Amino acid sequence: MTVSKDKITVEGLTGDAAIAHALKQANLDVLAAYPITPQTIIVEDYQRFAADGEVNAAVIPVESEHSAMSACVGASAVGARVATASASAGLALMWEILYVAASMRMPIVFTVANRALSGPINIHNDHSDGMGMRDSGFIQLYCQSSQEAYDTTLMAFLLAEHHDVLLPVMVGIDGFIVSHNVERVEMLADDVVEKFVGVRDPVQNLNPNKPLTMGPLALTDYYFEFKEQQSRAIMGVPKVYKEIEAEFEKLTGRKYGMFETYKTEDAEIIILAMSSMGGTAKVVVDALREKGEKVGSIRLKMFRPFPAEDLAKAVGNAKAVMIFEKAMSFGGATHPLALEVRTALYEAKERPMVLDFVVGLGGRDVPPTTFVEGYEKTKEYLKAGKAPKYETLGVRK
Amino acid sequence: MSEKFNEIPMAGNIIEPGNSEKYKTGGWRAEKPIHNPEACLWVKNGTCGRCWIFCPDMSVILTEKDGKHAYAFNYDYCKGCGICANECPTDSIHMEKE
Repeated sequence: MTVSKDKITVEGLTGDAAIAHALKQANLDVLAAYPITPQTIIVEDYQRFAADGEVNAAVIPVESEHSAMSACVGASAVGARVATASASAGLALMWEILYVAASMRMPIVFTVANRALSGPINIHNDHSDGMGMRDSGFIQLYCQSSQEAYDTTLMAFLLAEHHDVLLPVMVGIDGFIVSHNVERVEMLADDVVEKFVGVRDPVQNLNPNKPLTMGPLALTDYYFEFKEQQSRAIMGVPKVYKEIEAEFEKLTGRKYGMFETYKTEDAEIIILAMSSMGGTAKVVVDALREKGEKVGSIRLKMFRPFPAEDLAKAVGNAKAVMIFEKAMSFGGATHPLALEVRTALYEAKERPMVLDFVVGLGGRDVPPTTFVEGYEKTKEYLKAGKAPKYETLGVRK
Repeated sequence: MSEKFNEIPMAGNIIEPGNSEKYKTGGWRAEKPIHNPEACLWVKNGTCGRCWIFCPDMSVILTEKDGKHAYAFNYDYCKGCGICANECPTDSIHMEKE
């Protein structure tokens, strides 16, 4: 049932360009954005499509990211299919409206080239921006490749606009590492995508013939009930995500899951990482396996909602799970990803040891040797039966 | 106000236009205005009306029927701000604790 080869275009695309192509084919009504590195190419390319008459969307070049997300909320309220893109400081400037978008249940697709937050000002990749918005109510999907960015952006519209979900979706790629590197991308034909993504069917939208008010005040008497609705909506995402991905797999043969496992069945030590680090982790697993080490890896794609039960099962038989994460929660018991994993494992009878390695901040390279360093440390910690709550790797100290 | 999370519209949307009428803001009141008709110029001869003019919630109800002037407060929406009592030139309105 997969799409025939002649319906597929293969091109060398950066992650940003792949996302721009997905946005072009997803038949947007409105794109409102403000440029910021390393996301810029997404909007640049999309503006070119608009200037060349290849898309019908209204492109709103706003004066700030706060306005970008605000314009998206407004357009989405009318019932439009809407997208925007940002990163780092731009994402941080959206902060207030991120919460508004999620709590008003606006199915906006927000593509992010994940980048470090200031200061010192830095344009390179880590996950500070994404982790900073983790409690905003956005669904978060982190991608490993340009292909996955293209695929996920298309699926994100169906997920966001699904009537059981109605929440904004962040699609993340690693800044520069994926956003600016050219990879082979298979693109579906326009008509195939058009059929797959369909047209948004809004549940409630602003319409002068049927007036309603959106985003009003709710105080002590109702606010909490709306948060209950929102919480239940995001917890229902995995079911819908699996259905959408199954449809996508029928078309393309590709699927990613909430997380990808690699040689974990008999693994004693499992590497857990997100985004582009997932690829490096696989290489490290292969190299260590050649030396007879029982190691596997998991690449987490869906951070919100966090697939706690599934992930606990996936790592449950290992002796240790080593987390490599590109963000810090300053002063936290551990850092964002490890907090989730430790909580997910708390009820398990036989918990693997959880190691939290913070790596790659501000775009510091995370080569295979960093993973091996963590692996060697983990073996020592297992022998000793204790480990630090977290540590940084790849920093001069 | 007893509805559960699944008995109210999504995201706080107000799907019935103009329903703010149903929100009885009089519930916010800590003090209520009490009217004494004896010296009230409206009741006496249909003049003054400063309380009616200044009330921010249109909660002073002045009516006239067959040459008789009646005075009332709409306590459903009176928030008890006390502006009427402050403006009254004849001290015909005083505030009492709820």
